[in-house]
Amino acid sequence: MAEEGKGEVKLLGLHVSPFAIRARIALRLKGVSYEYLEQDLFHKGDLLLSNPVNRKVPVLIHDGKPICESLVIVQYVDEVWAAGGDGEGTAILPADPYGRAIARFWAAYIDDKLFPALTGIMKATTEEARAEKAKETFAAVEQLEKAFAECSDGKSFFGGDSVGYVDLALGCLLPWFGAVREMFGLEIIDAAKTPLLAAWAERFGETAAAKEVLPEPDKAEYAKKLQAHWTAAAAAAAK
Amino acid sequence: MAGDELKLLGHWASEWACRVRLALQLKGLTYEYLEEDLDNKSELLLMSNPVHKKVPVLIHNGKPICESMIIVQYIDEVFPGASPSLLPSDPYERAAARFWTTYMDDKLVVTWIQTFFAKTIEEKAERMKQLLAVVDTLEGALEECSKGKPFFGGDSVGYLDVMLGGLLSWLHGTEALCGVDLFNATRTPLLSAWAERFGALDDAKAVLPDIGRVIEFAKMWRAQMAATEAATADTKN
Repeated sequence: MAEEGKGEVKLLGLHVSPFAIRARIALRLKGVSYEYLEQDLFHKGDLLLSNPVNRKVPVLIHDGKPICESLVIVQYVDEVWAAGGDGEGTAILPADPYGRAIARFWAAYIDDKLFPALTGIMKATTEEARAEKAKETFAAVEQLEKAFAECSDGKSFFGGDSVGYVDLALGCLLPWFGAVREMFGLEIIDAAKTPLLAAWAERFGETAAAKEVLPEPDKAEYAKKLQAHWTAAAAAAAK
Repeated sequence: MAGDELKLLGHWASEWACRVRLALQLKGLTYEYLEEDLDNKSELLLMSNPVHKKVPVLIHNGKPICESMIIVQYIDEVFPGASPSLLPSDPYERAAARFWTTYMDDKLVVTWIQTFFAKTIEEKAERMKQLLAVVDTLEGALEECSKGKPFFGGDSVGYLDVMLGGLLSWLHGTEALCGVDLFNATRTPLLSAWAERFGALDDAKAVLPDIGRVIEFAKMWRAQMAATEAATADTKN
C-alpha cells in the first residue's frame, strides 16, 4: 500500500536497463505507487529532458522534481519512504553507519568494476577483447562471492534477512547475465565457482519484488531485445 | 568523542585523501595521519583496502572505510553532533548533492585526466573543450545548490564544497598543467568566487596541498607514464 500524502511519483525507465530495474525494485520494496514511463532512447521525449545533464534513465520524478542516477534514486526512496511499522518499506540501507559504508562500497564496486566489464563482453568486436572482458567480469564476480560471505553473515541476502542495497545493485544485472549466457555461452555466476552467489541469485529471483520487476523469464527473447538495443545504440553513436 | 580512534591512510597529493582531511578538519576531529608511499604500500593499507589497495582509507576503531565519497558520508553520519553537518537534511537536496558528486568524479576528474594526458594538439583541444563544458555545468550546479549563498551547502560548507574543495589544488594547477584557466572569473564567475572563498578558509588552508608542489608532482607523474608507455612499446617491437 502506498503511503498517503507522499506525492506523485513517476519513473522514466527502459525495459533493458538494469539501472531502471534498481529504482523499480526499490519502489516495490517500499510499496510506492508510481507511473512507469518506458522511454525511447533514440527519440528522447520531453520527460527525459528532466535529466539534462546525462540524458539517461532512470529518472525518478517526485512531485515534479527529478532525481537521477540509480543509486542516488535508491537512497532517496529509502530516505523518503523510511521503514514503517506495517512490514512494508523495510530499510534498504542498514541503520548503522559502518554497515552503510560497506553497502555503498560494494554497490560502487559493482558499478565501477563489474558493470563496465560486463558491458565490455557485449560490446567487444573481437574474440580476444571479449575474452579479456570476460576475465575481468569473472574476477569481479569472485570478489563479490567473498563480499557476500562477509555481508550476509550466514543469512539469505547481502542485506541480511531481507533484500538490501547491494542485493538490488547486483540483482538488477541478473537479466544481463542471462543474456550473456544466451549470446556467448558465458556463465557469469557459475555454481561451481561461486556457489554462494548462485544460491543468492536463485533466492533473489524468487522474491516478490524481483518477480514483479525483472523482465520476462524468456532469456532468448530478452537477449534479442538487448542485442537490438546495443546495435541501435552503436548505429546512433556512429552517426 | 572519548574512545574514538581515527587513523587516515593518505598521500599528500591525493585529492581523494584531501576530501577526507577536509571533512575531519571541518568537524574538528582528532586523527592520526599516515602518509603512504604509493610505490611501497604499507601492510596496513593492503590489509585495510585489499580490493583496491588505494588511499584514502579511514580506520575507525580498527574498522576500515574506503572511497572518499563513502568515508565523508560515514564521518558525517557517525559524528552528527560535530558541526557543520555536511549533507543537507532534506532528502531531495541530499540526492542533488550525491548526484553532483558522481558528476564531479565521472565527468570533471575523468575529463581533466584525459586533457592532462592528451598526446596530440587535436586531442588536447577536444578534451579542453569537453572540460570547459563540464565546468560550465558545474557553474549551473553551484547556482542551483547555493541559491545565492556563499557555498554549495548554503551559508556554511557542505558535502559538495568538500567534494570539490578536495580537488582544488589540482584544479588550480590546470592552467600550468593543461593550458586552460579552469575557474575563469568571466566564464564561470560563481565558481571562481567560490574557489577563492573556499581556499581562504582556515580549515582549507590547513589541509590543501601547495599548488606548486602538486604541479611538480603531476608533471613527474606524466613523465613517468610516458616513460612506461615508451618502454612497453619498445618491448613489443
